[in-house]
Amino acid sequence: MAELQIQDIIKPENKVYGKSKIMTDTPLHYCYGCSHGVVHKLVAEVIEELDIQEETVGVAPVGCSVMMYNYLDIDWMEAAHGRAPAVATGYKRVNPKKYVFSYQGDGDLAAIGTAETMHAVNRGENIVMIFINNAIYGMTGGQMAPTTMIGQATSTSPYGRNVDINGYPLKITELVAHLPGAAYVTRQSVHTPANVRKCKKAIKKAFENSKKNIGTSFIEVVSTCNSGWKIDPVAANKWMEENMFPFYPLGDIKDGQRDSDEKYSVQKLKK
Amino acid sequence: MGELRLMKGNEVIAEAAIRCGCDAYFGYPITPQSEVMETLMARMPWEETGMVVLQAESEVAAINMMYGGASAGRKVMTSSSSPGISLMSEGISYMAGAELPGVVVNVQRGGPGLGTIQPSQADYFQATKGGGHGDYNLIVLAPSSVQEMNDFVDLAFELSFKYSNPAMILTDGVIGQMMEKVELSDFKPRWTDEQVEQFNGSWAATGKKPNRERAIKTSLELVAEKQEKINEGFQAKYKKMQEEEVRYETIKCEDADYIIVAFGVSSRISQKAVDVLREQGHKAGLLRPITLYPFPSEIINQMADHVKGFLSVEMNAGQMVEDIRLAVNGKTKVDHFGRMGGVIATPGEVVDAMLTKIIGG
Amino acid sequence: MTEEIIIAGFGGQGVLSMGKILAYSGIMQDQEVSWFPSYGPEMRGGTANVTVILSDERISSPVLNQFDTAIVLNQQSLDKFESKVKPGGMLLYDPNGIVNPPSRTDLKIFKIDATQLAAEKGQPKIFNMIVLGAFLKARPLVKMGNVKRGLEKSLPERHHKLIPINLEGLEIGEKEIVEVK
Repeated sequence: MAELQIQDIIKPENKVYGKSKIMTDTPLHYCYGCSHGVVHKLVAEVIEELDIQEETVGVAPVGCSVMMYNYLDIDWMEAAHGRAPAVATGYKRVNPKKYVFSYQGDGDLAAIGTAETMHAVNRGENIVMIFINNAIYGMTGGQMAPTTMIGQATSTSPYGRNVDINGYPLKITELVAHLPGAAYVTRQSVHTPANVRKCKKAIKKAFENSKKNIGTSFIEVVSTCNSGWKIDPVAANKWMEENMFPFYPLGDIKDGQRDSDEKYSVQKLKK
Repeated sequence: MGELRLMKGNEVIAEAAIRCGCDAYFGYPITPQSEVMETLMARMPWEETGMVVLQAESEVAAINMMYGGASAGRKVMTSSSSPGISLMSEGISYMAGAELPGVVVNVQRGGPGLGTIQPSQADYFQATKGGGHGDYNLIVLAPSSVQEMNDFVDLAFELSFKYSNPAMILTDGVIGQMMEKVELSDFKPRWTDEQVEQFNGSWAATGKKPNRERAIKTSLELVAEKQEKINEGFQAKYKKMQEEEVRYETIKCEDADYIIVAFGVSSRISQKAVDVLREQGHKAGLLRPITLYPFPSEIINQMADHVKGFLSVEMNAGQMVEDIRLAVNGKTKVDHFGRMGGVIATPGEVVDAMLTKIIGG
Repeated sequence: MTEEIIIAGFGGQGVLSMGKILAYSGIMQDQEVSWFPSYGPEMRGGTANVTVILSDERISSPVLNQFDTAIVLNQQSLDKFESKVKPGGMLLYDPNGIVNPPSRTDLKIFKIDATQLAAEKGQPKIFNMIVLGAFLKARPLVKMGNVKRGLEKSLPERHHKLIPINLEGLEIGEKEIVEVK
């Protein structure tokens, strides 16, 4: 039997995995172990599978993923810190046929941009909002985030988050799920292959929702930031499972469509 | 001849937006300009032209909605008054940095802070020197009548798209609240998707096409040298504006010894003062800058060769007077008269100021 | 011809709408017009005023320190604006609630008891039209036909059924104006 050559293996019929066409060739600038790269890949794969490259526009945030526009080969807008949902709203309102998604971290979405987040969902904007929650400010060097856990040490809470000083970790996803404009609110993670597959399903559903005029789809991805947390990637996954998942439990919180105004009929004005 | 109406300046801004094919208005209520959004909401242009009107949760959100709509290559606008414009300044800087067109109307009121709701021109510096952070300029138009509130909406869009730069209509509570006879513009249809692609497809984020690079509407650049190159491009654009877009009006300047420089409602008040001064035997004239950026420096410099003095009349502590001094460059006398905090100067006060500060001073 | 008018009174007396109808009437006869109201908290405090200018030429200042005519409908407005009428100008007032009547001797002074007349008619809302009728009798700046057309323009169509009663108010004002001196 002839010896197996490399050319015998690299054949189209043997291909089991490839980089999405939507991903550019620009190397990712993220730290090893970071969740951003995986979530970028999932968004790219969903856009490719739905064949909506020409119809999709992304809104990048301020934070580690500020240069997400270098990685996905679609049209982009780079928003000011926290304003991505407003930018997405403005775009979607004048171009309702497009798929519009925002991609934000915890500081962007849940601190400086809380108002824009809540009001975009409350209006039921037909957009996709992807929220990376890693409980820390990664880009600026590991400061406390609104989602930082009680007791978690960061550079601006060096002795651990203290409720008396810093208040509580913000479960903004639960808040968002209460809003009548939300169609689909879910919390996912990407730390195991199974979770990656689940998360991709959620992102796909969110993109499909945005064409159905049923309200906002909101996906939180509980993520790791081993650089910010100052532990190695494997330990970061374990730390997330042990400390974050009990407080930020995975799973769908709302799955349906925005509330009908009939539900609010008690609030209707008497004629 | 278009349709003649008696309308408030603020109402006319709304009507002109609909008629010039504006795609979206995003705003937040604030006195003395709330009639703009109220008029739009009552008119329901979404049923007539498809124009979007959205009450945002804040001025911050409104200007960022504009950023989104402008990125799509669409004609978008907002309006506010002084404190609200301060909130929008972040977004305006980002729009200038991302070279996005759009029209911002500032119906000025007295400041600083919450200030008053009465008319003011104290945002001259903010409007003409950028307003937000970084080296940038807006195209700034200063209407002095309700008719110009109509005319300048379309003009502001035209200039804004020509230069891929935000434009501001800098007006005040008097022009916003007063009614005058106005000839409304004829209706222009909104751009179709195809027209947006045709006119703005080279830069707008209309969806990645196979035949072009992806469009990225951003103001971020990590490499300082590259950012400097981008800024040089901005400066070249502003220079072109200075060469091609200066607009002003002169009234009774041909034989004038004394020139009042005033914009917006102050120019109207000053025009009356010019008449009174002429009745008294003083050869006074009025120069009214229509574009505050680019500023009509050249004509002022030329006039400075033969006139005996300039009086800048503004409803502020003396802001435009600095640009006049730069233009005059020491050739002749320059002084300022203004009321502040929302107090409107009267023609009589302007006459007195001219007599004491320039003619007799 | 340029006529510079201040109309001042309590909020709710129809000061602003009277000015608007006058301005519209000017447009109907091809004049230039401006209408500038006081606005903001002072209105909530109870007083309202509007500067109306009708002219055959382009109007310069919409804001004035002197007026050809003052129409004053309460004591505060009389106190504030009597001194701001040009010598030889006109002052029209409603004596209702006036304790200190106008004292200048260099003006043409008229009064119209519009509050009383509107009450007698059982139509308090035509108060401002009675005042306008009186003013136009003393100073016929615009033709009555143009006032009617102005009314049609300034009132929304659903209120056009009120035009006849408003015209009646104008007639009452024309008839009942009194020259004080």
